[in-house]
Amino acid sequence: MTTTLEPARPAPTKEAQPVAERATSRRTGRKLLAVLALWVLAWATLRGRQTLELANADTTGLHDWFNDVRDRVQLLGQDNWFFHGVLGTIASGLDTFVGVLQEHLSSVTPGDWLGWFGVLLLAAWVTYALAGLRSTLLVTVVLLFLGLAGLWTDGIDTLIVTIVAVVICMVVGLPLGIAMSRSRRTSAVVTPVLDAMQTMPSFAYLTPIALFFGIGPACAIVLTLVYALPPLVRITEHGLNSVAENTVEAGRSLGVTKGQLLRQVQLPMAKRTIVVGINQCTMAALSMATIAALVNGPGLGKPVIAALQTLNVGAAAVAGLGIVLIAIMLDRTTTAASERSSPAGQRVAAVGSPGIFGGRTLVLEKLPRWATEEGGRGTDRRFLTPSGRRLVLAVLLLPVLVGAYYSTRYLQLSQFPDLSGVPVLGELTAGPLGGHINDLTNAVVDAISGVTNGFKDLVTAVMLNPLQSLMSDLPWWVMALVLLAVAFLLGGWRPAVVTLVCEAVVLGTGLWYDAMVTLTMTLVATVIVMLVAVVLGVAMGRGRRADTVIRPFLDGFQTIPAFVYLVPALALFAATRFTAIMAAVAYAVPIATKLVADGVRGVSPATVEAARSTGITRWQMISKVQLPMAREALVLATNQGLLYVLSMVVIGGMVGGGSLGYLIVQGFVQGQLFGKGLAAGIAITALGIMLDRIARHAAARFGR
Amino acid sequence: MARATHRTALVAATAALALGLSACGGGNIEQPSASGSAGGGGKECGDLRIAVNPWTGYVSNAHVIGYVAQTKLGCKVTYPDVKEEVGWQGMASGSIDTIVENWGHADLTKKYVDEQKTVQDAGLTGNQGIIGWYVPPWMAEKYPDITDWKNLNKYASMFKTSESGGKGQLLDGDPSYVTNDEALVTNLKLDYKVVTGGSEAALITSFRQAEKNKTPLLAYFYDPQWFFSEMKLVKVNLPEYTDGCDADAKKVACDYPPYALNKLIATKFAESGSPAVDLIKKFQWTNDDQNAVSEMIANQNMSPDDAAKKWVEANPDKVAAWLS
Repeated sequence: MTTTLEPARPAPTKEAQPVAERATSRRTGRKLLAVLALWVLAWATLRGRQTLELANADTTGLHDWFNDVRDRVQLLGQDNWFFHGVLGTIASGLDTFVGVLQEHLSSVTPGDWLGWFGVLLLAAWVTYALAGLRSTLLVTVVLLFLGLAGLWTDGIDTLIVTIVAVVICMVVGLPLGIAMSRSRRTSAVVTPVLDAMQTMPSFAYLTPIALFFGIGPACAIVLTLVYALPPLVRITEHGLNSVAENTVEAGRSLGVTKGQLLRQVQLPMAKRTIVVGINQCTMAALSMATIAALVNGPGLGKPVIAALQTLNVGAAAVAGLGIVLIAIMLDRTTTAASERSSPAGQRVAAVGSPGIFGGRTLVLEKLPRWATEEGGRGTDRRFLTPSGRRLVLAVLLLPVLVGAYYSTRYLQLSQFPDLSGVPVLGELTAGPLGGHINDLTNAVVDAISGVTNGFKDLVTAVMLNPLQSLMSDLPWWVMALVLLAVAFLLGGWRPAVVTLVCEAVVLGTGLWYDAMVTLTMTLVATVIVMLVAVVLGVAMGRGRRADTVIRPFLDGFQTIPAFVYLVPALALFAATRFTAIMAAVAYAVPIATKLVADGVRGVSPATVEAARSTGITRWQMISKVQLPMAREALVLATNQGLLYVLSMVVIGGMVGGGSLGYLIVQGFVQGQLFGKGLAAGIAITALGIMLDRIARHAAARFGR
Repeated sequence: MARATHRTALVAATAALALGLSACGGGNIEQPSASGSAGGGGKECGDLRIAVNPWTGYVSNAHVIGYVAQTKLGCKVTYPDVKEEVGWQGMASGSIDTIVENWGHADLTKKYVDEQKTVQDAGLTGNQGIIGWYVPPWMAEKYPDITDWKNLNKYASMFKTSESGGKGQLLDGDPSYVTNDEALVTNLKLDYKVVTGGSEAALITSFRQAEKNKTPLLAYFYDPQWFFSEMKLVKVNLPEYTDGCDADAKKVACDYPPYALNKLIATKFAESGSPAVDLIKKFQWTNDDQNAVSEMIANQNMSPDDAAKKWVEANPDKVAAWLS
């Protein structure tokens, strides 16, 4: 759930806008062609020399040095005041805290405190108090499903870990975001750190973190923090920055202090955006559930990992479905709660523009609207007055407490009953449901694996192999120059400088060849992502019905752990680079599609109407009017698609992608290759920042 | 806004109160799990934390030992899920008591057993780890001579894939092991290219597809592994392993050595006097035993504890030997 946001800077003011836009882009195109020609020429003559290829088991001095540092820290860590004292204390504090929560809420051993019935009642009551009836129903259904599917303890554990992590994120992230919005320097210092936190694959630093925070909930929470904090900080900063200048000015002219301005003007006005930040933070936290299970983090990741060991797709899918449902539940409920708590005057149609808030700077993934309370309605009809609601809540509290009390006494209310023998409901328990999913997957795989394998061979031969040869079989310096030239032509000197630095970093990691192979796959995957996203996005942008049908699938693919669909993907495409690409495509298509759909929908109706009156065909409408007008969204979708693809490189490494992804997986498992894995993680981060900056500056230049 | 915050606080307070109230009722349900403690005799067992590494054979070892410790010795057993290296770290730092199937790991052994002395060897599991190149059963049947490495080049063209660049593909890459396969291919002058699969799931799925569609596949694999109870893969014989033939990783031209899998135990735990220490040290069984339990877990979808129970009840003699 990487949500990388552009820092909220009014980009156009900083770089001179090209006067004659058309001419510039045509000239750029010609220059790019020239670069391509030189590139192919260099490939034809210098192929196979100085490629810096490193054999799988070989390491460089840097990799060994990383190992050394790890060993020293490990020895030192035993009684060092910081590693053992400070971090150890934090870790044991967190472990104890989560342990207590687990004992009260998720544990169902008889004799422990609240049983499932009590937790369900309390959760429903709190949701009703904060978010309303519709959310309460959603929460109830989701929790019941967890119980039914035999995922009660793991599901509640996931909730506990996610909520604790998100609360810590808010405590740390909100002040940080505020500080960044108030000081450019802070922002400039912190932004690259956030970039690194988001693009660095967690496999690369999981072992060291486990070293300091022990194995268990604390380690899982810290891992989650690293990944979930950046979206919150960025969106907070963006929200505060995008409070209209004249509002701030008006406040200032009234003579308020900086603190008052923040508390009384900026924060309230940015509140909706900040809530979105918290939502994104929650989704990111959930996406770490599977990884956290590798360090004994409690939650739904455990059944997913366990199912993968035996290649039981059905069981993994059921647990994955639990994660998806929890994601939807948290998203809808927090959105509804935040809308309810805003003063009536400020209530805004929250789903008015799903996808993008504040122009082209901020990416939001809005989940479908069917469960969002009052979403998009603008007005809000309530059946009860506030005092009436309070009365209802107070009256309901009694049965809730009684129920909670009984849940500690009766086995049936403590441990979720096994309903596998019951007709209809029994089909939803883990065994049968998993079985159905297995049957369905097998049927689909058998039916189409011939076709898909042919498709794979074709794409590999026509697209992947030539491009990979072009990028990785060259002397490294030729490719470095090509990338620099492309960065400069597309984005100007700023991204060119970033590119130069990133290239130096990749070179320094000693993994240039692997980085280029990874880059190739990333680019091919992005092309496929955009092809799919444009087709689906246009359909969704033009028709409500298509949107309603497609959107839940997009949500599902975005939140379901990739481990769930690895096995069917392997059966369809074998262990190949193409499978790695497809895994990345599955993850990146949703965000890109949502952005494209939003862009198409955002084309002014007047323009569409005007075009229609000239009698053009539907095809002309799409290709000549809607897509060109949505160019901004297309560029943004490409940028996001790229970054999402890159975040799947590690998963790709597990299904035949090789290169950097595999090195990271390997470094994670084999102690002596730790340093090499870490270096690969750094190389991926460098690639990510480079691609992001090029795309961003290109967007600023051509995207309008 | 102020009012909203107030209400949130109120709700939170009420919920906390409710939680507290209901907590007072805790402890009323009978504890059924304490009954096992009678069988142990002698010292209290207390906690036993068995690291669980992410492969099914390991899960079988862990849960059989855990089940015996729980029912016969009255231990309170937990199974932290960790990756191998993290498990070693955990033993050193005191959060894990034992690892019950260890594949070599010379570097970690040196660091923790020889240097830090925080971990001790607890003897062999009795399982033989075999690493090598395998083909699906249908190939061994149709091309019987393929099991000799000398014939591999004859069939190389059959193993071509989109990944192997015109040569035959040798599918590798379970990330857990350093393999010599690249060196082997070079030194045995084989017309093959090593292609990285990337995970156990990738290898198993490839074998399943290959057997089902009768497509050729040559891949790195290992035994004991539950998959063998589903499909009898056939090993390709490389030049026989002799002591020291793999000394120089770059010049290896022989088969992998058989691994004698062992158990590890944290020094702190070893000195605690828990009766489980003896159990872990005495635990031994065969590849067939392990594969039988793994098969129940992997293919019959039994829970590890149920599978362990079934095996323990069917094999009272072996279990008795561990407890003597």
